[in-house]
Amino acid sequence: MKFLEIAIKDLRAEFRTKQMLNSMMIFALLVIVIFSYAFGNEATLEVEVLNKKVVDLLAPGMLWIAFTFAGMLGLSRSFAGEKEEGCLEGLKLCPVDRSEIYNGKVISNAVLMFLMEITTIPVFIVLFSYDIKNIPGLLVVVALGTFGFIFVGTLLSALTVNTRTREILLPVILFPVLIPVILSAVTATGIMLASGDFSEISGELQILAVYDIIFFIVAQLVFEYTIED
Amino acid sequence: MRKKILFTLTAALILVSAYLVFFKAPIPIDPGSAAGDPNNFRIFYFHLPIAISAYLCFAVVFISSILYLKSKEQKWDIISLSAAEVGVVFAFLTLASGSIWGRSAWNAYWVSWDVRLNTSLILFLIYLSYLMVRQAVEEPEKRARLSAVFGIIGFISVPISFLSVRFYSKMHPCVVPPCPSGGGGGIGGVVVYYLLLNFAAYFLLAASLIVLKIENERLKEKTNELKRENNL
Repeated sequence: MKFLEIAIKDLRAEFRTKQMLNSMMIFALLVIVIFSYAFGNEATLEVEVLNKKVVDLLAPGMLWIAFTFAGMLGLSRSFAGEKEEGCLEGLKLCPVDRSEIYNGKVISNAVLMFLMEITTIPVFIVLFSYDIKNIPGLLVVVALGTFGFIFVGTLLSALTVNTRTREILLPVILFPVLIPVILSAVTATGIMLASGDFSEISGELQILAVYDIIFFIVAQLVFEYTIED
Repeated sequence: MRKKILFTLTAALILVSAYLVFFKAPIPIDPGSAAGDPNNFRIFYFHLPIAISAYLCFAVVFISSILYLKSKEQKWDIISLSAAEVGVVFAFLTLASGSIWGRSAWNAYWVSWDVRLNTSLILFLIYLSYLMVRQAVEEPEKRARLSAVFGIIGFISVPISFLSVRFYSKMHPCVVPPCPSGGGGGIGGVVVYYLLLNFAAYFLLAASLIVLKIENERLKEKTNELKRENNL
């Protein structure tokens, strides 16, 4: 259970300043606001062929753009902060398995990301006067998608922290690996928002779950090589 | 000597198979069917072998990345780099030849909602970012280690791409068995022999390119060593 200590340490440091959390939340909010300006009144129009509103077609994409871009901010700082004052060396000296450091970081990153998502969804509902059909279903999809994002993102954040161009490199290498998660999360979110029928998204849920499991296990195995020196 | 045999054999097979594809190979499509000019089927004879060769290159990256992390021997790093570069070229050629065929058969270069097309594009992008990772680190040991980690992570896209056509694709046909939804793409009989010849030709082409690239990297190492020794 040592990873919980690492996660608590991270979160305690974060909540002293709330620097990361605030910028993630404000960034996600701004993305949604920009979308609401950009699409404005057109969003409430009906698309006759599909018998849907324009906003139904755009909403899942907007939400996930806000989530992933804001989440990226948090991830790129997750290990960069440890580079200062030799904190990473201190962490590596902990008498625990290296994968515990990864697990701790996963939990602290996931907590920050969930806080950001929970504040973004109500803003979205307000700005687009939107009715979500199946809120528990949406939360399940968001949780699975977020874990996929965090499992890969934390590992690649540790990988890029030692490179020359870390802030630029992380999004460049993270997004291609994430595309399967984002695609299935966007599809499943769309169904949860519009019809809310859980049986329609079983395929997407399977992909998300399998992806989460594979990357969690792979990360346990290879994480130690990313921070070794 | 062995290299010479490999290169000669590759060149001969590529020429022979190209000749056969363009002048002899059968086209199992009715001239009147919806899929455009039946001659566009000839693309299939190299589209599929190139795609599978790209998968194999990435499998080589995956395996040599694991072996590098286990043994920390530089040769595995050189092999991963070479296979990744060749794989990226082949993945790009898959996309290019597929788009050209798509334009003729589906009347569109790109069908953005087809899962198979997207997963092939991801495959290409992931290995491009693999090369980006290599560029971003200067120290050879660290570069080898970090890119090996990414080579292992990135390999997940290969089974995704390979399986996607079996379960989700609506447009792109499934050819290599097993295909759960029937499929087979109407490939059978003599077509298979021509196809196998093309497989041999493009596998050998990929192998020759990798061998050349490995040699190139070794020479680069040697030059650097000589430079260091003579303080140049």
